[in-house]
Amino acid sequence: MSDAVVRPDLDGAAHRDRHAADAAHHGPPTGFWRRHVFSLDHKVIGRQYLDLALVAVTTGMILSWLMRIHLAWPAQAIPGLDKLSPNGAANGVISPEYYLSLMTMHGTIMVFFVLTTAPFAGFGNFILPIQVGAEDMAFPRFNMMSFWVTALAFVVLLASFFVADGPAISGWTAYAPLSAVGKDAGPGLALGQTLWAVSIAIFCVGQLLGSLNFIATTLDLRTKGMTLARLPYSTWAWFITSVIGLIAFSVLLPACILLILDRVAGTSFFIPGGLVLSDRLQPHSGGSPILWQHLFWFFGHPEVYIAILPGFGIVSTILPAMTRKPLLGPRVFIGCLVAIGFLSYMVWGHHMFLSGMNPLSATLFSVPTLIITIPATVTTLLWIGTIYGSRLRFTTASLFCLGFVSVFVSGGLSGFFLAQPSIDTYLHGTYFVVGHFHFVMGVASMFGIFAGTYFWFPKMYGRMMNETLGRWHFWLSFVGVYCIFMPMHWLGLAGNVRRYAAFTDDYMKPMVPLHRFITVAALFTGAVQLLFFINLFWSRRRGAIAPENPWEATSLEWTTASPPVHDNFGGRHPVVHHGPNEYGVAGALGRDYVMQDSPESLPVRA
Amino acid sequence: MPVRPAARGHEHPTAPSTGVWVAVATITMSFAAYTSAMVVRQGTSGDWLHFRLPSILWLNTVLIVASSVALELGRRNHARGGTAAEGGVLTLPGPVSLTTRWIDVTLASGILFLAGQLVAWRQLAGEGLFLATNPSSAFFYVLTALHGLHLLGGLAGLLYVRRRLRRGPAVAAGPALGAGALYWHFMAVLWLYLLTLLVVRL
Repeated sequence: MSDAVVRPDLDGAAHRDRHAADAAHHGPPTGFWRRHVFSLDHKVIGRQYLDLALVAVTTGMILSWLMRIHLAWPAQAIPGLDKLSPNGAANGVISPEYYLSLMTMHGTIMVFFVLTTAPFAGFGNFILPIQVGAEDMAFPRFNMMSFWVTALAFVVLLASFFVADGPAISGWTAYAPLSAVGKDAGPGLALGQTLWAVSIAIFCVGQLLGSLNFIATTLDLRTKGMTLARLPYSTWAWFITSVIGLIAFSVLLPACILLILDRVAGTSFFIPGGLVLSDRLQPHSGGSPILWQHLFWFFGHPEVYIAILPGFGIVSTILPAMTRKPLLGPRVFIGCLVAIGFLSYMVWGHHMFLSGMNPLSATLFSVPTLIITIPATVTTLLWIGTIYGSRLRFTTASLFCLGFVSVFVSGGLSGFFLAQPSIDTYLHGTYFVVGHFHFVMGVASMFGIFAGTYFWFPKMYGRMMNETLGRWHFWLSFVGVYCIFMPMHWLGLAGNVRRYAAFTDDYMKPMVPLHRFITVAALFTGAVQLLFFINLFWSRRRGAIAPENPWEATSLEWTTASPPVHDNFGGRHPVVHHGPNEYGVAGALGRDYVMQDSPESLPVRA
Repeated sequence: MPVRPAARGHEHPTAPSTGVWVAVATITMSFAAYTSAMVVRQGTSGDWLHFRLPSILWLNTVLIVASSVALELGRRNHARGGTAAEGGVLTLPGPVSLTTRWIDVTLASGILFLAGQLVAWRQLAGEGLFLATNPSSAFFYVLTALHGLHLLGGLAGLLYVRRRLRRGPAVAAGPALGAGALYWHFMAVLWLYLLTLLVVRL
């Protein structure tokens, strides 16, 4: 870090004029477009990301409903679906290929446009600059581009629903050569798959711009006294996540570019020679399908941590405020985040145990996979230790934190099985894996998003959310997700393959009743989310007016108005004296906590 | 900890160079991915076609190295100057017109480099080597195109720096100039790396 540069005033008046111009430039924008659409304000951009995620998660959930209904009642016509896809769902009955389209879009939308945008880009954008005491992100223009590029990627992806052939059918992992050869391979693999690859490439650019901003802001724009050790845990998590994202997306982008070239320019990066599809010899030769898997999973596994680590940070920020106890082992927690970030790059091969890799390589990927469970387990123990013996305030936010820990442990435990190449060989193609990753990556991240929403909503919109509705939302969702994903583990152990559109043979027929139960649970849990929507929109207008610091929390976002003014602190530059973990102390102001910018000296722990 | 005002990135003394360092890490990572893809692809099948690189690449290499040197001279000229003030380090910029002239040299040789790369493509195409002809030619086009795109970004950045220098106060453009130079030097180093890779592999 260089010393501060004191700006000389040698240019005299000209310089002062520029200062005045700068100040004017930094005032709140007045035009509609700059305020609400192409805003440079990190708070607006954060909310835009969250709104985008809300649209995406609704789309993704409806897709999962369609799939679940088809799995339980394969002959059931879904009214209106034939309007969306006359070929894929003639008379409203989903064809096997269209089922794969729905599955591909569900996975792609959820992983990229929900689990990456909401916890990381959404909350991170809104909260991180305030938590470090900055007026905005380091590069507001890049920040704005980051959002709009991501929105464009989403539109490009959705467009594939409306092309003649329908969306891609190759799954969210888009394995080559299926994803690379084009229309001869089947429906959805012509324009739909190209749109998929273009969309993801654009998405990578957006996330790279976002990560760049997060890193520069955390490193350079911290206010006076905000040392790295005093950063709130959520900011630590977003920082580590952006480092992971930077490396991950800068590998996925080249992979997508090469895939696009294979598809549209006739190259053979991923397509082997001698493929005959639809009675036509493919004009490619010599490519390596496994190369795509390596590049994809080098991104894909860290992506799991991009989805989950912000949840770690959110839970670690909320739990101390709700237990009125400091987080147990804060340095250990940050060490675990760093360790997970590092190890996340050594384990990608465990997604490829079935690719025919050398058993020795499989073992080499298996060992770090088991090692990475150690920091994950340690953080879980830190949360449980923080809760232990505390008088937890049962707010909706803390309930979702408990739910987060619960589903993370449930999903994590099945991970131990899958980390063994020999067991994975049996389980990899089954619903066991579906249950595993939905718990540990999907539901856990979602619960982190919910916890963050109930916790930060007052700061973001200036109004409290309804706690009664929130509690119903939590308990019904909590029971619902266990009803959906727990039986999937059993189905997997029984040999129920995944990715099939229907289970009609004698072996899998007996499992259909359980699939029907899961479908009912999925429809129910999805419907429960209406409570969240109602709460969200009702509270925005009618909720009780939020005070500055409703949760009696310590970090800097709670020292400013709800919602914060345009430059966050109203021209004030907060000075930080303490870490974020000063809970359960006898503060000088008669409070049981000390805020980060409070000049009071640290009292003895109560 | 130094005392730092909460400022926006483009005015902040270290944020531009932090941003560029992060960009350098990202670009390095993506070219590492292309490199590994190239190594794997070459090893996968026996269809790798070796060909002679277009000779204009050597001239282009001289151009990009020269542009990097010119920019460094401009940066040093800007950073040179008096240092004296009360209460802090004060840096007086060197003559602004000299700095912008060096930047102009950089921009000109950068554009010539890009034109030279296009000539290299045409020479290759003239030999019947296109993007889809062979994986080796495919990687040649992909790597040079992506390097060129990143260099275009550098050109845009230098134009922005040049505008800020001319509009003044010139001293405030220092961090941006430093960051722009860092990026440009990285582009030159990246090209030297790619050239080595192409010479070794093609």
